[in-house]
Amino acid sequence: MILETISTILLLLGAFFGLTGAIGLFKFPDFFTRVHAASVTDSIAAILIISGLILRTDFDLVAAKLLFILIFLLLTSPTASHALAKSARHGGLLSLAETRANNQEASSTKEGNN
Amino acid sequence: MAEFIDLVLLGMLAITALGVIILKDLFAVVMLFGIYSFLSALIFVNLDAVDVAFTEAAVGAGISTVLMLGTLALTGRKEKVGSHTSWLPLVVVVITGGALIYGTLDMPAFGDPNNPIHQHVAPRYIEESPKEVGLPNMVTSVLASYRAFDTLGETAVVFAAAIGVLSLLGLPKPDRRAVESGLKSHLVLRVVAKLIIPLTILFALYVQFHGDYGPGGGFQAGVIAAAAVILYALVFGLPLATHVVQPTWLKVLAALGVLIYAGTGVASLFLGGSFLDYNVLASDPVAGQHIGIIVIELGVGITVFAAMLSIFYAFAGQAEGKNIQ
Repeated sequence: MILETISTILLLLGAFFGLTGAIGLFKFPDFFTRVHAASVTDSIAAILIISGLILRTDFDLVAAKLLFILIFLLLTSPTASHALAKSARHGGLLSLAETRANNQEASSTKEGNN
Repeated sequence: MAEFIDLVLLGMLAITALGVIILKDLFAVVMLFGIYSFLSALIFVNLDAVDVAFTEAAVGAGISTVLMLGTLALTGRKEKVGSHTSWLPLVVVVITGGALIYGTLDMPAFGDPNNPIHQHVAPRYIEESPKEVGLPNMVTSVLASYRAFDTLGETAVVFAAAIGVLSLLGLPKPDRRAVESGLKSHLVLRVVAKLIIPLTILFALYVQFHGDYGPGGGFQAGVIAAAAVILYALVFGLPLATHVVQPTWLKVLAALGVLIYAGTGVASLFLGGSFLDYNVLASDPVAGQHIGIIVIELGVGITVFAAMLSIFYAFAGQAEGKNIQ
């Protein structure tokens, strides 16, 4: 009974973080902040949902399999986010702050010319 | 509840398909194809068809996406804008679609247990296969024993696809010049890939030999093992990968798998049964079935692994040659 309550709370929290990740993916202004939002879904939501599911098993082979899935996700998802962000960086994409700084610099030099 | 989930998933499937048609950026289209495959896999899970879902996720979302990306590396990522009008094709599609919908009106009601499909051979498989074949996973019994001839055909199709791609593109020659992979500097990727690749191969072996008891089998295992080597090639570079798994072996392996499968059939012929009748392979018919299924699943796994990997090598070798020039 207690386990079931904890599991429900974990599942709901996981769903909440999944939802915020999805909203962030749409609402955030540039690539890097969006990757950040998506990686929240990958990491914390996956941890919460899978541990919520493990609490609902009889702690047998199913729980072990879920644990393996969790370990695999924890290895791969942050790596995927990292690779995505790093290759964007490598390809010359600037973060929002840098773009703003560049724009300000460009406009100030323009004013200086005038 | 299950129907509601089905409806949501089918709706998302339709939206994804529309996205594939409308978008002109082929890179995004390939990603949408991956999403499409994952959605189909979810629908199959919802229909309790885990084996099919597994195959769809491994083949459709995994390997196909990589192979299509390999093609994009050769062709470029923008779709050409067609100049002709699209009215005639639209009319043809609308008429065909209308005829198909009209055709479904004659079909028996969805999910009715009295439908012909549930009355034809399915009851026999469900009732007799525990006695005749004795495998807990009935899908494997049907696929590898009752429908062994169809599965032989499927394996031959995979083999033929590999031959087709190889005769058009050719395999890359293993050369000792170390071409620097673009991902060499990614320390995190390399460390994680070293962790993941052995686990992936282990999982492929599990799927291969556990297919009699749970979802899985030769097709999925072959694709997963190929994915492990493809990951190695992506992170550490194609030349290194062609040293580890040499293209010349792959040609032999692809043919060997089909040979093992068909050879099992011929062996059962020589032992007095009919083609691919495993009952005669051992003194006990059920033990014979088990031996036959394990052997032919191994043949399927070897062929699928070699075919998928050699197709990837062919595309990646072309792309690498293009980069060097």
